[in-house]
Amino acid sequence: MTVVEQVTFDCRQAFADELRLMARADERIVAVCNDSVGSSNLVGFREEFPQRLVNVGIAEQDLVGVAAGLANAGKIPFVCAAAPFLTGRALEQIKADVAYSDVHVVLCGQSPGMAYGELGPTHHSIEDLSWMRAVANLDVIVPADPDQTRAAVRWAAASGRPSYLRIPRFKVPAVTPPDAPFAPGTAVRLIDGDDVTVIAIGSLTSRALDAADRLRAEGIAVRVLNMPFVDPIDVRAVLAAARETRGIVTAEEATTTGGLGAAVAAIAATAHPTPMRILGVPRVFAPTGDTAFLLEHFGLTADGIAAAVRDLLGTSDTGGGHG
Amino acid sequence: MKLPADPERSQRYGELSARLRASDADVAAVELRRISREVRRSIVRMIDRARMGHIGGDLSVTDILVTCFWGALSLDPQRPTWRERDRFILSKGHCAAALYSTLAHCGFFRQEELETFMAPMSALNGHPNKLKVPGVETNTGALGHGLPVATGCAIAARLTGATWRTVVVLGDGEMQEGSNWEAAMTASHHGLSSLTAVIDRNRLQQGARTEDTKRLEPFADKWRSFGWEVRDVDGHDHAALLRALGPSSAGQPVAVIANTIKGKGVSFMEDRVEWHHKVPTHDQVDQALAELVG
Repeated sequence: MTVVEQVTFDCRQAFADELRLMARADERIVAVCNDSVGSSNLVGFREEFPQRLVNVGIAEQDLVGVAAGLANAGKIPFVCAAAPFLTGRALEQIKADVAYSDVHVVLCGQSPGMAYGELGPTHHSIEDLSWMRAVANLDVIVPADPDQTRAAVRWAAASGRPSYLRIPRFKVPAVTPPDAPFAPGTAVRLIDGDDVTVIAIGSLTSRALDAADRLRAEGIAVRVLNMPFVDPIDVRAVLAAARETRGIVTAEEATTTGGLGAAVAAIAATAHPTPMRILGVPRVFAPTGDTAFLLEHFGLTADGIAAAVRDLLGTSDTGGGHG
Repeated sequence: MKLPADPERSQRYGELSARLRASDADVAAVELRRISREVRRSIVRMIDRARMGHIGGDLSVTDILVTCFWGALSLDPQRPTWRERDRFILSKGHCAAALYSTLAHCGFFRQEELETFMAPMSALNGHPNKLKVPGVETNTGALGHGLPVATGCAIAARLTGATWRTVVVLGDGEMQEGSNWEAAMTASHHGLSSLTAVIDRNRLQQGARTEDTKRLEPFADKWRSFGWEVRDVDGHDHAALLRALGPSSAGQPVAVIANTIKGKGVSFMEDRVEWHHKVPTHDQVDQALAELVG
């Protein structure tokens, strides 16, 4: 059932299309960018709503502060900037001006993870999930495909809350079924299974599905959950996975210091300890290479996920103590 | 939960501020000087009670705050989030005691609340929190945040064709933060004539003089070169401040450089770097209050 030739998508297009649709229906929506009209796919938005695109130039602290001011006056700003600069350079503005001040600003981190491959660690945004999760009163949303990206834009526009959307650039196949839920604290169950649970987000979601396909051939039934809201996370789905399967593997294109894996581990460790494997980028700066190479380098592939599941089952079988 | 307004006091504030805004600046200044003395006395008492605070900057910014709130801004303490209100942002959030004292005198909340300044669970945190204190537009405390947010407010006003204005008060030491200069470029690029930045130019920062720490001069030229209209005034002269807070004359944002004295009004604190956040003894508090009569 592995698809040989998959159609894949750069989610920035879905993001830009949905934002324009929303902007047609709600004049409060504005886009705020840091010279990132092209990289955030805002050319169409600018043509249609020239007055509603605020470009502050290359100035990320100003970018987020200006957005907070726009929100104060009743606008719904979508801040569109490359994820590493948005979350790194403007972290204090995100904390103080947006989250602590509780304004309806939608922070849209473009080209996250290692999407900028060869450009190197300055342009990689692998720390963002750790940073954003550490900020109170900020929803952290990681869409996995174009449909989920559109749903995220719609949800964020209506939420009235501060949020961070992590918009994939690395091309991904469509993975979410048409009736998939999209709500805070709600996982999407993509495959049922009772042996091991794989929880994946963003670009790793389709790879988790491929891993589950391979493992099925070996007689291992993997439950695959996608967790578009890393915060607020679906605690019940995590606890059900801990109770009903023999362990949990998490997979994300981010450092393992504080993202999805850390969130899941904290829930499992305190409420229902279970064997886990946390796949992501270790706390290192990546070597030179394109995105596909780097994902491979860090084992963030279907093979890597499948290996982690086998390893976990081995540990689980020999380690005992878990029923 | 936000603090409730003081209806009687806000009514009196509304009437007085309307009268002062319609008066000649020199006439209004007499009343503003009286209010400043009251606000300063509140500040000293708050810091005495809390045994914490930033008294030097509180006293330098007081006349700016009083002139803004009673003489320049259109606000309604009983409707603190009224859509068409003017926006006021205190970027130097460490001078929260001065802001709280001003807001309480306007009636945004009851004056008794000032007694809780920085006490456990008080709404009056050491730096202002808009979720608890009416009249606060954005949470400041970390420096270099107010001007970008104020710039966003002014852009929004223009997008919607609104007539309200935005005033942001900054510390001079705070102008060492690069984020302010990012916003200064944005505001002039967009010709945000409804935006006024008042800089409390007391020439002292936490540890030393600004010019010995990281030089700001030529300060007015810096603002001008960023495309702002500059008004250089005595920041303790209420009439001069009132005139400086008038509308932009060149279609550009206005920077009011308010030359002030840190610790203004208390002889032993004036222009002394240690009073950035030193706490006066009870005897010194008595002396300060005695000096703040007249």
